[in-house]
Amino acid sequence: MAKITLSQLRHSYFAEPKGPQDYALKQIDLDWNDGGAYALLGPSGCGKSTLLNIISGLRVPSEGRILFDDKDVTHLPPDQRNIAQVFQFPVIYDTMTVYDNLAFPLRNRGMAERDVDVRVKQIAEMLEVSEMLTQGAAGLSPDNKQKISMGRGLVRDDVNVVMFDEPLTVIDPHLKWKLRSKLKELHQRIRATMIYVTHDQTEALTFADQVVVMQDGEIVQIGTPIELFERPTHTFVGHFIGSPGMNVLPCEVKAGAAFFNGQHVALEGEIVKGAGGKTEIGVRPEYVSLAKDGLRAHVRKVADVGRHNVVEAMVGEQKVAVIVEHDVPNQGDEVFLDFKTEQTRLYADGWLATNAKGAA
Amino acid sequence: MKTQNQKAWFFVLPVLLLVAFNALIPMMTVVNYSVQETFGNNLFFWQGLDWFQNLMRSERFHAALGRQFMFTGLILLIEIPLGVAIAMSMPRKGFWVSVCLVTMALPMLIPWNVVGAMWNIFTLPDIGLMGYFLNHVMGIPYDMTQNVFAAWVTIIVMDVWHWTSLVVLLSYAGLVSIPEAYYQAAKIDGASNFAVFRFIQLPKMKNVLTIAVLLRFIDSFNIYTEPFVLTGGGPGNSTTLLSIDLVKIALGQFDLGPAAAMSLIYFAITLLVSWLFFTLMTKDDAR
Repeated sequence: MAKITLSQLRHSYFAEPKGPQDYALKQIDLDWNDGGAYALLGPSGCGKSTLLNIISGLRVPSEGRILFDDKDVTHLPPDQRNIAQVFQFPVIYDTMTVYDNLAFPLRNRGMAERDVDVRVKQIAEMLEVSEMLTQGAAGLSPDNKQKISMGRGLVRDDVNVVMFDEPLTVIDPHLKWKLRSKLKELHQRIRATMIYVTHDQTEALTFADQVVVMQDGEIVQIGTPIELFERPTHTFVGHFIGSPGMNVLPCEVKAGAAFFNGQHVALEGEIVKGAGGKTEIGVRPEYVSLAKDGLRAHVRKVADVGRHNVVEAMVGEQKVAVIVEHDVPNQGDEVFLDFKTEQTRLYADGWLATNAKGAA
Repeated sequence: MKTQNQKAWFFVLPVLLLVAFNALIPMMTVVNYSVQETFGNNLFFWQGLDWFQNLMRSERFHAALGRQFMFTGLILLIEIPLGVAIAMSMPRKGFWVSVCLVTMALPMLIPWNVVGAMWNIFTLPDIGLMGYFLNHVMGIPYDMTQNVFAAWVTIIVMDVWHWTSLVVLLSYAGLVSIPEAYYQAAKIDGASNFAVFRFIQLPKMKNVLTIAVLLRFIDSFNIYTEPFVLTGGGPGNSTTLLSIDLVKIALGQFDLGPAAAMSLIYFAITLLVSWLFFTLMTKDDAR
């Protein structure tokens, strides 16, 4: 177990990167606390797998350092870092039994056969694969294979960090949920630091205590699932998390107030000084409601998603999503939209540019 | 109610005819010869299973069969490990991949009798590059027309040169299909290079290796042209492999009956050993 520090990490796949566009990772400074459950969330190609491979030692970063408990491991190979990694597609050793698969990392490190036996049985118990131990691993179903490859990571009691690289991609939907809760349970029992890479917000938000959101090789926000939902610091986070994502509406700023489609919109607090560039209002569909008056809009589409209805209302040329539980309007109706003031924020060039009430 | 019609037979018929004309009917004529004796003039006499009995007791046949198994065994023992080793040391991406692949494929593109002729000239003691080098530069007496050992070394080296590429290309195809994650996982699990080979690369290459072993077995067991051109079966009978002996009996001595019986036994052995290889190498998959 260890605390992991990434310090001024940059990585480029080019030998001589010329500008920021050549970097897969732009500048990462991050601490992962011992025993935490983290998720690394971002769209495909945002650099999250690169970051993972740098932590595991499969890649050496172009610049910067990685510290495990203040020990520099930047140039150590993976087997000397005491880490474990679970890959997108289950990696198992086809010719071995389940038992031998789980014992493999221990035997490679020269552990006595008696201790191996104890550990393997213990882990098999936790993963609920005890009755499969003598079976050949090749014949298992994908979810059990993935359990075995997780097991190979967890079987060592000296692991600093267990990393998951989109581990549920090939698992059937109804088993995903089961495996995810198993993972959560394992984290609580083993208390190892876990980093979970995914582009699926549900997986990230249910697994992790802290979610790191990445975009284009940069970290845009770190926070608990609730923080990410309630107060995204970047329009990307607002848009990426939530279903549907946050409404991002172009607006004008005049004399410290925001105007959308010519109408004044009340914000959560004061606009940060010096905020300029492209300004937008961000408000989640959950915090927009239909009211007696407010922004005039007409309904273009209504989608019943089960728990509630998503109304797509047009304010001028701008689409605004609204979540409505009762009294659903009809297509073509004229409605008035009301934004919940304390959840309405201004973003300048993508970044949050209002102060919350009460905050400094 | 389920309607039934027999139309499907018409679709199978062409294949059936094709197989009949290119395999079954020619083979039946061989079966026909194998139980008869002829002295020419299209006169045939019933002989029963005599040719088969004679052949099974024939020392000449035993010797040729022994040589054949030795040849096939040796080239399999060399070509399979060597092919795998070469495939493993080939680059996986970049410019050199195509260079390696083309270089590897070249020997296989050369016609068999040309290969025999090439090696014949190559090994001539006084003017052949290899023959001259061995005799006059290294001082090793080497003449495959005189020396049994030299003749054997030459036909084996020739076959290795001609056909190892097949094993290389098949193994290479197996190797490149292994996802990178397997190597990464093995690294993290602290596996040694040997363990990576034993538990990842070898199992993943198993299917293509089965095919490689089968193809190389069948081809080398039936080999004729190259050793015929190179050594003609000599010196003496030392490199007279089964097919060379068969041709001698059939076309040299014109003993059609014994030759037919020998062909059938030859065929049966090839079939049996191929089946054994296949069954043994795929028996784990059924689990």
